[in-house]
Amino acid sequence: MKRELDSKKKLYTLAILVQDIPGVLSQVARLFSRKGYNIESIVTGATDRPNTARLAISVLADELMIDQIAGQCRKLIPVLAVKILDEDTSIQREFSLIKVQAADRNARDEVIQMANIFRANIIDVSRETLTVCIFGDRSKTQALTDLLAGFGILEIAKTGTLAIERGRSTIYDDNKLKEEYNYGKNVL
Amino acid sequence: MKIRATQAIMECLLEQEVDTVFGYPGGTILNLYDELYNYKDKIRHVLTAHEQGASHAADGYARSTGRVGVCFATSGPGATNLTTGIATAYMDSSPVVFITCNVAEPLLGKDSFQEVDITGIAMPITKAAYLVRDPQTIPDVMRQAFAVAATGRPGPVLIDFLKNVTAPNVEIDYEFIPWIQNRACSSVRALATSHDLKAPEPDAGDIDTLVDMIAQSERPLLICGGGVVRGRADREFRALAERLDAPVAITVMGGGGFPGGHPLTTGMIGMHGSRASNVACDQCDLLIAVGCRFSDRVALQPDTFASQAKIVQIDIDRSEIDKNVLTDHHIIGSAKRVLARLNQRLPQYSHQAWKEQILPLRAPSVPRESEKLTPKQVLEAIRRLAPQDTIVATDVGQHQMWSIQHFHFDYPGQLLTSGGFGTMGFGLGAAIGAKAGNPDKVVVHTTGDGCFRMNCHELATVEHYGLPIITVVFNNGTLGMVRQWQNLIYNKRFSETTLDRGPDFVKLAEAYGLKGFRAATMGEMEEAFRQALEAGRGCVIDCVLDMDEMVRPMVAGGSHITEFLLK
Repeated sequence: MKRELDSKKKLYTLAILVQDIPGVLSQVARLFSRKGYNIESIVTGATDRPNTARLAISVLADELMIDQIAGQCRKLIPVLAVKILDEDTSIQREFSLIKVQAADRNARDEVIQMANIFRANIIDVSRETLTVCIFGDRSKTQALTDLLAGFGILEIAKTGTLAIERGRSTIYDDNKLKEEYNYGKNVL
Repeated sequence: MKIRATQAIMECLLEQEVDTVFGYPGGTILNLYDELYNYKDKIRHVLTAHEQGASHAADGYARSTGRVGVCFATSGPGATNLTTGIATAYMDSSPVVFITCNVAEPLLGKDSFQEVDITGIAMPITKAAYLVRDPQTIPDVMRQAFAVAATGRPGPVLIDFLKNVTAPNVEIDYEFIPWIQNRACSSVRALATSHDLKAPEPDAGDIDTLVDMIAQSERPLLICGGGVVRGRADREFRALAERLDAPVAITVMGGGGFPGGHPLTTGMIGMHGSRASNVACDQCDLLIAVGCRFSDRVALQPDTFASQAKIVQIDIDRSEIDKNVLTDHHIIGSAKRVLARLNQRLPQYSHQAWKEQILPLRAPSVPRESEKLTPKQVLEAIRRLAPQDTIVATDVGQHQMWSIQHFHFDYPGQLLTSGGFGTMGFGLGAAIGAKAGNPDKVVVHTTGDGCFRMNCHELATVEHYGLPIITVVFNNGTLGMVRQWQNLIYNKRFSETTLDRGPDFVKLAEAYGLKGFRAATMGEMEEAFRQALEAGRGCVIDCVLDMDEMVRPMVAGGSHITEFLLK
């Protein structure tokens, strides 16, 4: 039987474990661009293992597209493992610094209140501005950003989405989609 | 043992049993060529007229022999001249290791003379591209490169050595390890932790499912794709076809994977596929595609492709599954192994009614009677006079489709054609590579006047190395395939496709020291080809053809597979 595929696009995060060698980021990023997929965000960082880095790439895709892009990623030589994560199967977090206009006292109080409600921190104050630091999932960040927009946002610096699987399983124990393919390692 | 870095590169080639390389020297690769001078008894170097020719020659060598081809070029323009050849090899999964050298470390990134970021350029058209900055890593990189090129779904790999890495005073630790033991080397072992270096073992449950699907099918069709050729699975594929008693359609890249003259074959499938193949594809209830990626030239309209059938895809590359056409079932593995396992499980079937429905639709390719020479007459003359195992290298366009439709290819590597990338100018280089790898076989290069002009300078290579390659030019004075589209789709507005200009190919051949013939009738063609076969050296036959000949049948791109624009 043909696979039942959800053709609705949604936001996926690909966790990609790579060898930490020169050019690896561009190799992965170029794969996305040449296959015609837009990267929504990308985060990269070290892992607990030596010479191994982890990328988290968020991409708006349907089921077929995300399988395809994961499959293509797996073929790259420096790629050790790829995991497709979505909001149901993983914890996702992002980190934002938002500089808000708050010249008068009322505005200042309100911004501080809102930050408290969102468990965000004020990390810098000047005579005319406050800088809010928020850590949370995408919707939380978006909600605060929308509220702060009313005061006038001067600048935002934010990371992309980081994601890690819920529960015991990790990216190390499995580098394939078990249900679909159960043949072992990446193919060359 | 300490040896020179360049010596290690040569020894690593010998580890892989490389005895022929194609290439072109230059400033940054001088050290490597200097070392090659010491190795000229062990490694034959074929100097082409242009790096592109060398890249196609290494590709043709790889396709025709099933071994890894090797190609050298210098930095900058030498390296960029390879790119068309690299992309050609990539699209058709041909294993070639391209070796370039770049400027020395202190000059890197300074826009130095003949500097280019070739590893960056080659990244999307290679399986892997290595920039070697540390001479100690040479053996590791070389061994991994060959493993990557040849393993799994084969493909090109590029290694770019900085010039200082190859300097004559650089010495490294090296120990000769034959390729068969290379898996024990650290770099290959490291790769094996994340990637499968042997063909994946097909899943027994998946085979069971396919066996059941076959048992329920009344109208099965097999597609022989390029994977059968690359995987050298022709014997297993033939056994499957005969056991299944099913019609076999062959893709362009699958040519040679199944005998072209076999009673079960329906010929080519797709845009210029036979009526039998395309109708069978539309009416079958089970489609088993082996090593076929359902490109847009086969699955012209993916939504309606084989709409009555359950589609089964057998491929070594799991990212090909469901890429272009949604399948009902798939098996991951090398064609050879999957088919061997499958064949053990299958009883002998008979699909008489289905065969009677499809096979009579085949129209054998027969040249029509004509005073003036026709394309099919040219091919018929070649078929009649050349030995059955002749290797045919084609360029791209009308002559390519005619050649594939008319000739019967019997073994993998007999047909060399740029199917995926459609590279005009591929043929002569590929023929040089094929002849270098198969000195005992006759090699015929079919080309059009447009294609031939792109790389005809390689006739100098043909002459110098005394390669008896017969180039047959389908000279219709136009870019035939583009004209055909203009004729049918663009209202006969022949924009920039008429090649009403030189050169005179007979004189051109003579200028290169080769023999040239002109043929305007079937008699002249036969006579010219007979003489060319006996000449024992390179020949060019310029065939004068009408410019409005068309490749038939034809289905327009994006149309339903049986909606023939031309019968």
